[in-house]
Amino acid sequence: MTLPDDGLAPFRENDHVGDHMTREVLQVENLRVWFHTPAGLVRAVDGVDLHLNQGETLGIVGESGSGKSVTARAIMKILPPNAEVLKGSRILFDGRDLAKVNPKKEKHLWGVDLAMIFQDPMTSLTPVMTVGRQLSETLRYHRKLDKAAAHVEAVDLLRRVGIPEPEKRYNDYPHNLSGGMRQRVTIALAISCSPKLLIADEPTTALDVTVQHQILNLLQSLQEKASMSMILVTHDLGVVAGRADHIAVMYAGRVIERAPTRQLFAHMRHPYTRALIDAIPRVTMPSQTRLAAIPGRPPVIIDPPPGCSFAARCPSAQARCLEETPKLESAPDSREHAAACFFPLGTAEGEQARQRNIEVGATAAGTAVMSGTAV
Amino acid sequence: MAGSGTSHLRADADVVLRAKNLHVEYTGKRGERVFAVSDVSIDVLKGETVGLVGESGCGKSSVARAIMQLPPPTSGTVELDGERIESLRGSELRKKRRKLQMIFQDPISSLNPSRKVKDIIAEGLRIQGGLSNDEVNARTSVMIERVGLDPERARDRRPHEFSGGQCQRISIARAMVLDPEVLICDEPVSALDVSVQAQILNLLRDMKERYRLTMLFIAHDLAVVKNLSDRIVVMYLGKICEVGSSDELFERPTHPYTRALAQSIPEPDPDVPVGPAALTGDLPSPLDPPSGCRFRTRCPLAQDRCVTEEPVIREVVPGRFTACHFPLLEVEAPALRVGETV
Repeated sequence: MTLPDDGLAPFRENDHVGDHMTREVLQVENLRVWFHTPAGLVRAVDGVDLHLNQGETLGIVGESGSGKSVTARAIMKILPPNAEVLKGSRILFDGRDLAKVNPKKEKHLWGVDLAMIFQDPMTSLTPVMTVGRQLSETLRYHRKLDKAAAHVEAVDLLRRVGIPEPEKRYNDYPHNLSGGMRQRVTIALAISCSPKLLIADEPTTALDVTVQHQILNLLQSLQEKASMSMILVTHDLGVVAGRADHIAVMYAGRVIERAPTRQLFAHMRHPYTRALIDAIPRVTMPSQTRLAAIPGRPPVIIDPPPGCSFAARCPSAQARCLEETPKLESAPDSREHAAACFFPLGTAEGEQARQRNIEVGATAAGTAVMSGTAV
Repeated sequence: MAGSGTSHLRADADVVLRAKNLHVEYTGKRGERVFAVSDVSIDVLKGETVGLVGESGCGKSSVARAIMQLPPPTSGTVELDGERIESLRGSELRKKRRKLQMIFQDPISSLNPSRKVKDIIAEGLRIQGGLSNDEVNARTSVMIERVGLDPERARDRRPHEFSGGQCQRISIARAMVLDPEVLICDEPVSALDVSVQAQILNLLRDMKERYRLTMLFIAHDLAVVKNLSDRIVVMYLGKICEVGSSDELFERPTHPYTRALAQSIPEPDPDVPVGPAALTGDLPSPLDPPSGCRFRTRCPLAQDRCVTEEPVIREVVPGRFTACHFPLLEVEAPALRVGETV
C-alpha cells in the first residue's frame, strides 16, 4: 500500500477521504510534549510526525528515553500531570482533532475506538475484581449489553485471545493467572469494543520468548480479522521486523528515520538506525563475535544544544551536525523513506563524511572512529 | 527434556567449578514446597564461559544462588577448585566465597546508593584485609579504568549519578577487583538498552580474555548467551534439557524445547517469515511439576513414555547431551506440530 501523504506536507482536509484502500486512521503532526521536572524542562517528544492507514501496523522503535511511549500516551491522552502538550501539536484520529475532543463528553472514543495495552498487564487490570467481571463491566458500559449478554461476550472474548477453559478463567482474579495469560486478558479488554486503533506499548517485553511469539501472533491475527490499525511500540527491532508495515525510529524525542519496513532494513539511511541494528547480538552470529557497540549513551533532553542529538555518538558526524538540527526529509528516490540526517548512509555525502572521519580518526564531535564504527 | 543425570560433566583436570545433583526447594507462603531446581549438575572449566539459558521460572537464577551459597542448596554438592564448599559455614565459607563473585540484573539496586563508588569497589578488598590504604586505592583506580570509567571523575561520586550501563560497569569493577576464580553473571544486560548492552557484553569479553576468567553467564536472551558463552546449558522448569557447544546448540537443537526457543527469537530481518508459535500454553507450576519429563505438557513430540519415565541426560551426538526420549536427530526429525500434546 502506498501512503497518501508523507507527513511532511501540511495536512489537507479530506485528503484521505474517498480512497478507502489507504484510508488514514491516524495523523500526528508536530507533536511536542514537554515535562516540567525539578531538573528542568524535559523535551520528551519534540516535533513528531506520524501517520497510519487502516489495517496497517506502525512500529515505533527506540531506546529508553527516546519518547516512544510518551508519543503513545499523548495519543491516548494519558500523560501525567506535569506533561505539557505544546500548541501546534495535532493528533488527528479518524479525521477528528483529538485536542478538541472532550474526554468527559466523548466517553466512548478512548477505550472503544482507541485502545491500548501496556508492558505490565496490571496497568490495565484491577487486582480486586475477577477478570470476567472486568471484561463484562467494560462491555456493559461501552456497548450497553445486559448482564447475561455481557457474560456470554466476555467468555467469547477470553476464548478468542486463546485462554483455555474460558468459562472457568472468567472467575479468576488476575493474580491467579500467569503473565502471558494476564496479557491475553488485557488484549481481550482492549479489543472488546472493536477499536479502530490499538496501541501496544512494549506488550511482550515482560514475557518469555515463547510466550512473546504467541502474543505477537495473537495480536496480528486479531488485527487481520478486524482490519484494525495498530501501533507497536518497542525497543526491539526484531519484534517489528516481521510484523510492522512501516517503522519509525525515534531518538531523543524525534523521529529520525521512517520507512516501509522492508525498505528500512534494506537501505538504512540514518547512522543511528544502522548502529542500533549492528549492536544487537544475533543467534546466527558465531559466538564470541565482538559487537559493534554505540559509544556513549542517549542524551538527557533537558535544554538540548543545537545540532543533531545523535552527533556525539555518530561515526559520520561533521561540523554541520553540531550546529544545525537536521529535519526529517524524504529520500530523493522514495517519498516514503525519510531520515533526519545531513549525511545519510548510501549517499555520496554520507560516504564522504564517513571516509573523512576514518582518515582523521575522529568525528567532528571528537568521538574516535575506526573503520566506520565509532568506538 | 527436563531430565536428570551427570553424563555431561567432564573429568578434565581444569574443572574450576562443579555443581553436582543440585536441588533447591523453597517453602512458599502457605507452607507448600516449591521445587525450583531438581537435580541439576553443571561444570565450568578454567577460562571457559558456560551460559545458562531458559525462561523465567526455569531455575537458572536459583542455580547461581545455590553455587554462591546464597542460600546453600537443599541438597547436592558444589566444588570450587576441587574443594567442597556447600558444607562450609562462617569464616571458612567467607574465605572461599571471595573466589566466587556475582553481578546482578539490576545494576542500580545492587549498589549501595549512599556510598561513593571508590568505597563500593574497595569494600571487598578492605574486608579481605592485608592491603595498605594506598594499595587499596591504587587497585580500585586501576579497576575503574579497566571497566571504562574515568577514575578521577568517578571515584567520589555515588551510584545515582551514573546511568544503568555505567552502574553495571561499577558492579563489574566491584567483582573483578577481588580477582575471582569464577564470575557469575545473572542477567547482567537485560535491564540495559540495546546500544549499552553491546558495550557491557564487549567489556565482559575483554575481562574474560584479560584475566582468563571463568564465567557462569545467565540470561534469558539466547543471542546474548551465545555471544559470550563457549558452552550452553538449557534449562526448563528446574531441570536441564540440553548441553552443547554454543556454536552448534541453536543451529542443530536436539531437544524439542531448545528448538522451540530457537524458533521463538524474533529476527531483526523482515525477510525471515514469522512462523506459528513454537509452543502453546504456559509453564506448569513448580509447586506440582509434571511427572516424567517436565516438558511433556507443552512438547509437540510427547508420547506415553514421557509421562511415566523421566529422561536421563545422555550424549546423543558427540559433545551434545540431551535429556529426551525422542531427541531430534538429523535422520528423522519429526515435524513440529503446535497444539498436539499428550
